[in-house]
Amino acid sequence: METGRIGVFICHCGTNIAGKISIEKLMDFAKTLPFVDAVRDNKYTCSELGQSAIQETIKERNLTHVVVAACSPSMHEKTFRSTVEKAGLNRYMLSICNLREMNTWVTEDNEVSLFKAKKLLAAAVRRVVTQKPLEEEKLPVTSRVVIVGAGIAGIEASLQLANADKEVVLVEREPSIGGQMARFDKTFPTLDCAACILTPKMVDVGQHPNITLMTYSEIEEVSGVPGKYDVKIRKKARSIDEVTCTGCGICEEECPIKKIPSEFYVGLKYRKAVYKPFPQAVPQYPVIDRKNCTYFLKGKCRICEKECPAGSIDFEQEDTFINVEAGALILATGFEPFDPSNIPHYHYGEYDNVFRAIEMETILNSSGPTGGDFFLRKDGKFTDSKPKSVGIIHCVGSRDENYNPYCSRVCCMYSLKYAHLIKERTDATIYQFYIDIRAAGKGYEEFYDRLQKEGVIFIRGKPGKIIKTEKGGQEKLIVQVEDSLTQTPLHVPLDAVILSSALVSRPDAPEVANKFGIGCGSESFFRELHPKLAPVSTQVDGVFLAGACQGPKDIPDTVAQGAAAAAGALSLLSRGYIVNEPTIASIDEDLCSNCKMCISVCPYDAIVEDTEKKVAVLTASKCKGCGLCVAICPSGAIEQAYYSDDAILAEIKGIIETGKLKG
Amino acid sequence: MSSEETNGFNPTIIGFYCRWCTHAAADLAGTSRIPVSANVIGIRVPCSGRVDPSFIYDAFTKGADGVFIGGCHYGDCHYEDGNYSAFKRTKMLQKVIKEFGIEPERVRIEWISASEANKYKKTLDEFTETIRELGPLNWDKHLQERDYEKSV
Repeated sequence: METGRIGVFICHCGTNIAGKISIEKLMDFAKTLPFVDAVRDNKYTCSELGQSAIQETIKERNLTHVVVAACSPSMHEKTFRSTVEKAGLNRYMLSICNLREMNTWVTEDNEVSLFKAKKLLAAAVRRVVTQKPLEEEKLPVTSRVVIVGAGIAGIEASLQLANADKEVVLVEREPSIGGQMARFDKTFPTLDCAACILTPKMVDVGQHPNITLMTYSEIEEVSGVPGKYDVKIRKKARSIDEVTCTGCGICEEECPIKKIPSEFYVGLKYRKAVYKPFPQAVPQYPVIDRKNCTYFLKGKCRICEKECPAGSIDFEQEDTFINVEAGALILATGFEPFDPSNIPHYHYGEYDNVFRAIEMETILNSSGPTGGDFFLRKDGKFTDSKPKSVGIIHCVGSRDENYNPYCSRVCCMYSLKYAHLIKERTDATIYQFYIDIRAAGKGYEEFYDRLQKEGVIFIRGKPGKIIKTEKGGQEKLIVQVEDSLTQTPLHVPLDAVILSSALVSRPDAPEVANKFGIGCGSESFFRELHPKLAPVSTQVDGVFLAGACQGPKDIPDTVAQGAAAAAGALSLLSRGYIVNEPTIASIDEDLCSNCKMCISVCPYDAIVEDTEKKVAVLTASKCKGCGLCVAICPSGAIEQAYYSDDAILAEIKGIIETGKLKG
Repeated sequence: MSSEETNGFNPTIIGFYCRWCTHAAADLAGTSRIPVSANVIGIRVPCSGRVDPSFIYDAFTKGADGVFIGGCHYGDCHYEDGNYSAFKRTKMLQKVIKEFGIEPERVRIEWISASEANKYKKTLDEFTETIRELGPLNWDKHLQERDYEKSV
C-alpha cells in the first residue's frame, strides 16, 4: 500500500492559470486528496522564489513526494526534478500536473476548467505515491559530430566545432558544399558579394584538418544511443577517384554531352555529363552524372577516361557505406524554394517573362547565364533586350492560406535587393506589389528607406492575375491588382514579373526527421525543443538543428543558429556524458513464463532468452523505455520504471474518482 | 459548453497520449489556444504501444465512458513500431469488449503528430460527441449489481 507525505504546489502562472480557475478552490480540493500534507501556491513556481518555496516546504514538512501543478511537463519537468533533488529528494519523486497547456489554455468555461483541474490534480497525486526513486545513468559521449547539410548553417557549425578542436564529419547530398547561398550574387541589406563572404569559408571547410568532408553523400541510417550514435552514410559513386583527381577540369572540357540543364543554375545554364556544379565548388572534383553519361547509357564513349591525365575516372565505382560514431548530430538541411507553377493565375513556366526568385538570383549572378545582366526571354531563350518595367510580386506561396500560412521572412528584403540590382543594371521602372513590407532586421528598414528614395514604386496589393498580350512581337504582361491603400483597381503593363516565392521545407524532411527520431512541426519544418528557450535543440538528446530546416530565416540568423547548434554540441562533448532517463523495463524472473512474446515485440533486441533458466532476460543498456514488452507480457512479469502499471492505473483512478462533470 | 448544455450527460473519457506525438500536439493546442473538449483527460505514456488492454478495461470498470489512444503516424513511431502493436491490440480489444456488451466505439485510436493540434482538437471533440450519443456506460454500477445478484 502506498504511503507518503505529498506536497502540492499550484502555480498561478501569472494569469495563465489563475485567470481561468480559482486557485483557492483548487487548493481546498488538493487538501482533501490522500497523503497530501502541504498545499502551497505561487505566482510563478518556476521562479527562484517558487523553487525555494518548494525546497523549504520539503524540509519543513519532511515531504516524500512533490506534485507541481503548472505548465506542461515538457516545459519544466527537468527544472522541478532538479529543484526537489537539491532539497534532498530523489529526482523521480516528482509528478507534474499539466494545468496550463492541457487545461486553462484550451478550456473555454471557467467552471469546467476548474473541474478538469481537479481531475488532473487528483491523477497526479494518486500517481506520485506510486513513483519510486530512480538513478539516472550517465552515458559517455563520443567526441565527434556529424553535421548534415553543408549550406551556410552547416559550414558555420562545422568551422566552430573544428576550431574548438573537435572532429567533424560534414555530409552533403550535392557534389559541392555551399547550399543556396552559393547561388546568390549580392546579399541584403549591405549588398556585399555573397561569393566573397561564402567561398573563403567553403575553402576553410575543405582544408580544415578536423573536418572530414563527405559530399555527394547521404545519411542512410541512424542508430545507437544518445551520446553514441552510429551514423551510416552512403557515399554515392562519383565515378571519380578522389585521391588521384587534381580537379584540372580536362574531363569536363572534353565531355561531348553538353546540353544537360544545370541544377545549380536552376536550369538556366547547361552542364556536361561530367561536371563541377559551379566554378568555386568545394571539393574541386567533378562528378559523372550516370543518368546522362553516354558510357552508362550506351556502353561506349569513355572520352573523359582517355583524356584524364591522372587516370582518375572510375566507371566501376560503386556506392560505399561508411559508419561513423558520433556524440552529437546537427541537422542543417535547409529549405527548398516554393514552386510558383502551383499558382495557375501567375502563369509561371508558361509566360516567358514571369521569373521566380531563385531564377533571379541566378540571372543577377555574374557567373549566371547572362553574366549578371537582366535580359528578357523569348520562346524560352534570353534575347538582348532589357526590360523597361519590372513588377515584383511579394508573398507568392506564403502568407496565403491556399499554400503556406507563414511569412517566409526574407522575401520582402530580397525583393528590395532585386529592385536595386535591376535598376542598377537595366534602369527599368520597378513596381513592388506587397502586402506589408517586413523589414525587421539590422539595417533592413534603412535599406527599405533607401529603395523608396531610389524611386521604386510601391503598390500595396496582391495581384489577382497576370495577363499576357503582345506588342511588336514581344510579350507584354499586365498585372491586375487592387491598390488597397486607395482602393483603386489597377492594370499595370510590364515587361517582366518576378515572383517572390516562399521558402518551404524539403520534400523529404519528414523522412529525414524520422531517421533522426525528431519531429516535424507545421509545414514540415523540423521541430525545436522549445520555440523560444531551446531553438536549436530537439526532443532527442544530442540532435541539434541549424538554419532554414527549422523554419525560414535569413543569412545572419542562419549563421547565428549554426554557431548556436555548434555550441550545444560542444557543451555536450566537453562535458563528456549524457544523462539517460531511467524509465526502462525490468523482468521479474520468478513470474516469467518464458512465452517469448516480449522478445518478439522489443524493437531493440534488448530481451533475449536465458536458455538455461528458461526465462527472458533484459539488457538495461539496450532498453529505450517504450514499454511495448510491459504491455504485452501476459504474466505481468515485466514492469517499467516511472511508467509502471501502478502509476497509470493510479492516474485513471484519480481522474474517475473525482466524479462526473454535471451537465 | 453549448453542446454540452443541450444534453445532460457529460462523459468521462480517459486519454492515453504518446509523449512524442499526441502529448506534444496537446501542448501545441495549448500554446495556440485552441479550445478542446474538457471531457478527455490525458495520461502521458511513453508510446501508444505501452497501453495495456487492461488499462482500458480498468478505466471502464472504474466508471469511464470512453477511452482514447493517441499515437504516432505509421512510420513515425519513436520506437520503430509501437503504434502497430497499439493498433492491433486496440482492434482486438474492441472485439472483446463487444462480447461483454460494451460498444466498440467507446475505444478510439488515432494517429496525431506533434504538429497536428487541429487534428487533436477535432478528434477529441468528435469522440466526446460520439460518447455523448452512446450515453453513459455505467460499467462500474453494472459490475456492482452483478456482484450483488451473485451474492444473493
